[in-house]
Amino acid sequence: MFVLRSGWFLPAVVIALMIGFINFEKSHSFRNSVKAASLKADKERKTAPEFELKDADGKTVRLSDYKGKVVLLDFWATWCGPCKIEIPWFIGFERKYKDQGFAVIGVSMDEEGWSVVKPFVSELAINYRILQGSDTTAQLYGGVDALPTTFLIDRDGKIAATHVGLAGKDDFEDGIKKLVERPSAGLAGRFVPAVLFGAN
Amino acid sequence: MFLPCCLAQTNVLSVGSLKKVEAKAGATLNVRIPVLLKPGYHINSNTPSEAYLIPLRLTWEPGPLQAAEVVFPNAHMEKYEFSPNPLSVFTGDFELVTKFKVAANAPNGPGMAVGKLRYQACNHNSCLPPKTLEIKLPVVVQ
Repeated sequence: MFVLRSGWFLPAVVIALMIGFINFEKSHSFRNSVKAASLKADKERKTAPEFELKDADGKTVRLSDYKGKVVLLDFWATWCGPCKIEIPWFIGFERKYKDQGFAVIGVSMDEEGWSVVKPFVSELAINYRILQGSDTTAQLYGGVDALPTTFLIDRDGKIAATHVGLAGKDDFEDGIKKLVERPSAGLAGRFVPAVLFGAN
Repeated sequence: MFLPCCLAQTNVLSVGSLKKVEAKAGATLNVRIPVLLKPGYHINSNTPSEAYLIPLRLTWEPGPLQAAEVVFPNAHMEKYEFSPNPLSVFTGDFELVTKFKVAANAPNGPGMAVGKLRYQACNHNSCLPPKTLEIKLPVVVQ
């Protein structure tokens, strides 16, 4: 048979299969990154980079201010449609889990700053702290070019999950529930309510 | 897998090659600017359907050519998961037409018309920051 006698056929098939596999892997990985970012195992979690940003009142806020809390860190912008879907969920999470040592921090990536962010915050009645983001902070968190990008940070200040793009509400809430149920590894066996750490 | 190195450099829109424009002083001419948008992405049209969205804009700096008008193609109304209402967007490849007038006293010889294309792109579930792309259009006034 011609194709079997030809020396190029087998290598061509192998290359085609490899390309197909690589494309499958890429698309599969993309879907996973934008959908259910389940919590990473403890040993795989990396420390969330410290940042220092201003809130609407000009007060300096650091991630370390939230030591001992579970934090949902959301990079967003007023021009981002998918972000507008998630924000009402985050308002609900803040209300529901605040007393369990949980806090949402929204980091706005709007170039125009507070002039566009403050009216937006009022319009959506956002009940959690909003900070003005910076390129430096975005770089610390891997560039954060696509919005929304959201990080779930555990009580030990480690990134337990990353969601890029519009994710499912249940995906977030499942992660939050698991994280707030667990005391800090440093406090294992002697749980101290997170409110004692003093973060707002 | 989240690839921050690559996402941070995402560039989904480009302008196709532009031919040198030759025109006489005092003349008017239409120049087509081919815009190429990566599949899977959309940009807001010049007249977005929601106030919070950033519109497509093309502006030209003063130079050998004076922009009189920019003509945009008809936008599509597309429904996305993240918006309750269809959005006015451009997708795929399209053309922007700029109506130029060459100044009557424009000096003869080569020059450059410089434009700025400002856009903001999204895909079905995430958005990229607004960007401004510089367009350089070679011009020869005869």
